Amino acid sequence: MKRTFTKAGLIRAGIFFLILILVPIIGGPGWLLNTLIFTIMYAALSSSWNLLGGYAGYPSLGHVAFFGIGAYAVGIIFSDSVYGGYAPFFVLPIIGIAVGLLSIPIGWVSMRTRADVFAIVTITLLFITQTLAFNLKSITGGAQGKSVAPAPFDVSTYDWPFYYAMLILLAIAMGVSLYFRRSKIGLSLATVRADEDKAHGVGVRVTAVKLIAFAVSSGLVAMVGGVWAYYVGFIYPQFAVDPLITIGMVLMAFLGGRGTLWGPVLGAFILVPAQEYFAQAFGASQLYLIAYAAVFLVIMLFLPRGILPSIADRLKKRRASAAGDARDAADTPVPVGSANEPKVAR
Amino acid sequence: MHAFIQAVILGILTGGVYALMASGQTLIFGIMKVVNLAQGALVVLGAYLTYTLFTQLGIDPFLSILITTPLLFLVGVAVQWALLRPLHGDDVAQLSLLVTFAIALGIEGVLSFAYSATLTNVQPSYANFSWTVLGYQVSLVRFVAFVLSLVMLGALYFILQRTKFGRSVRATVQNPMSAQLLGVNANRVSALGFGLGAATAAAAGSVFGMLNSFNPGSHYDLISRLLTIVVLGGLGSIGGSVVAALVMGVASSVVSALASPIWSDFTFFIVLLLVLLIRPRGLFGARTRGAL
Repeated sequence: MKRTFTKAGLIRAGIFFLILILVPIIGGPGWLLNTLIFTIMYAALSSSWNLLGGYAGYPSLGHVAFFGIGAYAVGIIFSDSVYGGYAPFFVLPIIGIAVGLLSIPIGWVSMRTRADVFAIVTITLLFITQTLAFNLKSITGGAQGKSVAPAPFDVSTYDWPFYYAMLILLAIAMGVSLYFRRSKIGLSLATVRADEDKAHGVGVRVTAVKLIAFAVSSGLVAMVGGVWAYYVGFIYPQFAVDPLITIGMVLMAFLGGRGTLWGPVLGAFILVPAQEYFAQAFGASQLYLIAYAAVFLVIMLFLPRGILPSIADRLKKRRASAAGDARDAADTPVPVGSANEPKVAR
Repeated sequence: MHAFIQAVILGILTGGVYALMASGQTLIFGIMKVVNLAQGALVVLGAYLTYTLFTQLGIDPFLSILITTPLLFLVGVAVQWALLRPLHGDDVAQLSLLVTFAIALGIEGVLSFAYSATLTNVQPSYANFSWTVLGYQVSLVRFVAFVLSLVMLGALYFILQRTKFGRSVRATVQNPMSAQLLGVNANRVSALGFGLGAATAAAAGSVFGMLNSFNPGSHYDLISRLLTIVVLGGLGSIGGSVVAALVMGVASSVVSALASPIWSDFTFFIVLLLVLLIRPRGLFGARTRGAL
């Protein structure tokens, strides 16, 4: 698991981000930037979810609660004025840290349970948040929603700040993910995923690392939610705390490969454009609910570990059989639950 | 005081229906160690089937249980056979959980495609009839629904205690490995068990459709209540889920009557939180259950 930065990995990340940075400058059809904003948003959300659901093996189904909290934080603070337009972006880190801290007691209670029940508790968290958003009318505006003051950006480059904000958040989420993979935290999380009781028994500080993963993950999700709220301008409980956003995060991480650096990003770049296309082609939102369910089932049944780990396995096998080359691809993702997952014993 | 007792009566009657839904869910968990997140969606599916049978063919909602229950039993068996059994790998439990979630979404999608997202309910001619007993209102539908739930629970109890299938189910719940060694066909038990769970959802769904307004998205509300009930009762314990359903039925109805209906949902969340803090294995959960 411990690897230094590799040239191939750096080049890959460099090209990926360079292209994304250049897209608005080069320009293109109007829908492109809009679609990319949502794609990058989901990539960032899914990467953040992956910190907890992938590395620690705690599949949260309620992460959209933090997304909604972040969205409402921006909505409430900036309902009258956005002070020149960039103030919400500068406040985001504070929101992220605040939500991260807030999530620690929540994580502490919910992570007293293991996978199945943890999923239950997090779903409940989603409903608590949604119910509160509907009912605390004086703060959230209830079903009437809450609006953020319009951003005073130039029309021709209106989307740019939101685009780059999402891109930065994605870079942070991937950076944290990379750090997790290469640090003691990552190793500890891997032991939690493999066998929490044994890990605890041999002295891994399981509660601490779980809480770190939970807090970082939910703080990042909240920041993404904040940018989202500013971008769309209107926040309603059923959209800010939409179960579909949770499902999106989980689905994308599963599709690309959970517990990998690029898996969630790949999943988002496949699913979000596909979803936009189908929404355009068919119009009916019920259909994409069915499509989501179908994609989900297909992944679970035929590709339970996701695209990247499956490809990595195949490559590895081919290489091993071809030359017995010991030097393995340096950036092989660590697939969840695969046979060649490194045995971490401390 | 009058309002309080009225709320308790209402809560017990509602709790009976929840008990039916939750018993199916906890049964599925007991056998397969899978938390079935589609249970709420199956209830809503049952409600829509009843709605269609009632509005199109004029079949009485209570009678339609005789049709919906076997139908959803088959759906349950098919789901287990086609979608849950083929799962393999190290983290089957997590995958199964997410598969049931996907099933819930699929059902919601199909229902919102076939019907609209607007709230409906099943309104037979006697829907608003009620008796007055000692000054307290007892609605006919709720009372019959409660009795019916008891009958269904009794039938479930009979199946589990008195039939060969029931014995293999109980054996599987206690110790899957030994049960298989002694010749219990785990796949068959799982499929029939899932079917049985779905059947209880169907029966409860027919009743649910008369008691509540519902739309395809209603399963989210239902599942969060059901999960609270099964966790409170102790996952895998049918008796526990019945007790927990009655407790939660009364608690939420009392809160709704004395405080505000808005906060009745919160009773569920708060109870869930307290259970997890104080006694994570629930009221009647065994210490060795897989999930906790």
